[in-house]
Amino acid sequence: MQNLSDRILGACAILIAALMLWQTSVIQESFIQDPLGPKAFPTVIAIVIGIAGVAILLRPDAEPSWPGFGRIVEIALAAAVMIAYAQLLPMAGFVLATSVAAAYLVWRLETPPLRAMVAGIVISLAIYAVFGRILGLSLAKGPWGF
Amino acid sequence: MDALGHLWEGFAIALTWQNLGLAFVGCLLGTIIGALPGLGPSNGVAILIPLVFTLGLPATPALILLTSVYYGAMYGGRISSILLNIPGDEPALMTTLDGYPMARSGQAGEALAISGIASFVGAFFATWGLVFLAPQLVRVALLFGPAEYFALFTLAFATLGGVASRNQAKAALAAGLGLGIAMIGVDGQTGVPRFSFGIVHFYDGINFLVAIVGLFALSEVFIFLEHRGSGEGTDSRTRIGRTIPPATMLRQTSGSMARGTILGFVAGVLPGAGASLGSFIAYTFEKRLKDRGGTFGRGDPRGVAAPEAGNNAAAGGALVPMLALGVPGSGTTAVLLAMLLALNIQPGPLLFQSNPDVVWGLIAALFIGNIMLLILNIPMAGLFARVLMIPPRYLMPAVAMISFVGIYGVSGSTFDLLVMIAFGVLGWVLRKLDVPLVPVILGVLLGDQMEKNLRRAMTISDGDLAALFASPLSIGLWSAAVIGFILPLLIGRYLRPRVADSQKAEGSDPD
Repeated sequence: MQNLSDRILGACAILIAALMLWQTSVIQESFIQDPLGPKAFPTVIAIVIGIAGVAILLRPDAEPSWPGFGRIVEIALAAAVMIAYAQLLPMAGFVLATSVAAAYLVWRLETPPLRAMVAGIVISLAIYAVFGRILGLSLAKGPWGF
Repeated sequence: MDALGHLWEGFAIALTWQNLGLAFVGCLLGTIIGALPGLGPSNGVAILIPLVFTLGLPATPALILLTSVYYGAMYGGRISSILLNIPGDEPALMTTLDGYPMARSGQAGEALAISGIASFVGAFFATWGLVFLAPQLVRVALLFGPAEYFALFTLAFATLGGVASRNQAKAALAAGLGLGIAMIGVDGQTGVPRFSFGIVHFYDGINFLVAIVGLFALSEVFIFLEHRGSGEGTDSRTRIGRTIPPATMLRQTSGSMARGTILGFVAGVLPGAGASLGSFIAYTFEKRLKDRGGTFGRGDPRGVAAPEAGNNAAAGGALVPMLALGVPGSGTTAVLLAMLLALNIQPGPLLFQSNPDVVWGLIAALFIGNIMLLILNIPMAGLFARVLMIPPRYLMPAVAMISFVGIYGVSGSTFDLLVMIAFGVLGWVLRKLDVPLVPVILGVLLGDQMEKNLRRAMTISDGDLAALFASPLSIGLWSAAVIGFILPLLIGRYLRPRVADSQKAEGSDPD
């Protein structure tokens, strides 16, 4: 089937609209009330999303140029590394966590591993120096304070 | 003139050593951000907002710093367009058409100088336009009630979807998604949680900074990963040559600059258009008018001057509705609106009355920044070109990490970082599917205000929907919204740069 991506997008939009309508219907009404209430505007938005979804489903654009499977895995892995980074940041401290995460990204952008490691450490220390020391932003501390 | 008096006071505010220093840093940083492929005015400013916010600067200095970055990025975008044939940001797309051929034929220095001067002319006169037009608009805006505001917000979304995007349904979807995201959290009027799925973190709503940095900056990193760092930094073998333009070339291009400035400014003021459209209209118009020998596209300096004047004038013009009405006309001004909201400033007519120091200090800073940029850019174009030698494979990871630092600095919460990553992935998917990101951002930013005004209007009329269409002003806004959304469906082919439809534009960032 042609234009599959946009048809899926349209279907997703309709699903989101349905989900929003359902979530709107379960909003607890409070005893404080204005004429319109908290449900009306979200309902309108859900309807707009739904109509847009139907329009996209019926008149899809040409298929975008999706990358190969390997590239999608690449992006998923990068997102996973970022999620791990976010989780480990408070535990491992800024400099260590950032070195590793930055080194990973540099490595995946076609740099030899050793150079990527050096680059990761340099990026991390540079950010630490500029933002942590000079500008005095609060960075994640970790067990050893940096 | 009232405006001139205010402007004079504005200069008194802007001309302190601290503010001058900030303007200088902003201009320098902005030019570099604009020059780097993959970083443009919107994601560059987006990354910087949380950082500036955590620095704890007062409103006016923070605004001066960030708007200098904005203007600087508009200048910088042309450098990689001319030298590498890669637009540093979307508004600079049209500059590649004649800028790169000029560089190929050994006129890189002249092209950089002409475009620098054109940028200055465009931005300078657009700032004057802002000085005189914004107060007029404020006078009209003071007549607005909640119903008119609601219509105005709708107008902003409609024209943004109609003019600036290729597929109206996708723009509507994007706007809906943004507005839906803005609904998350406890409802301000009745105190009931909405769309929070029982997660406590959602009760506060989604911080718009998290959404913006994720959608604009992180999605760019994913785009780079997808193409695996292709588009390496150049070794800058293009010889820059002399960076002082010959007087004949200046005379030849002065008309192009003037026309580009006017067209760009008008395009900038109109909601939904923005800088990309400004430069496109300026270039096409100039080509229709002056291209007799078929020199356009082969390195005609007028083909460099017109779009550069156009996009910088549009950048200034876009500030008019943003400051006077609180409704941004483009992606970058949406980011600037986010900056104001982060600083707890609600732009709009009341801002001109209650905080004239902020408004006029900012406008004065624009003039100062503009002159600084001209001085920086003419002799130092070669130096900035060197920035292009930083390979993206080192740059993009650094950008990602700085985004994390900024968001962590604002909230200190791991949860916000996760939300930001989610927005980054969402942004990548939406960009692949050609769903515009600007309406999403605009929805996140304006959703709350839009609903508030709607409900206020309904409270005043006691639930009578006809109140939305009661005044001639609101009827005018509604019809403009309908026309703005539907008309481009009929004549859209002529409004959209064809180059922007090509692959080249995919990776470039929304203006």
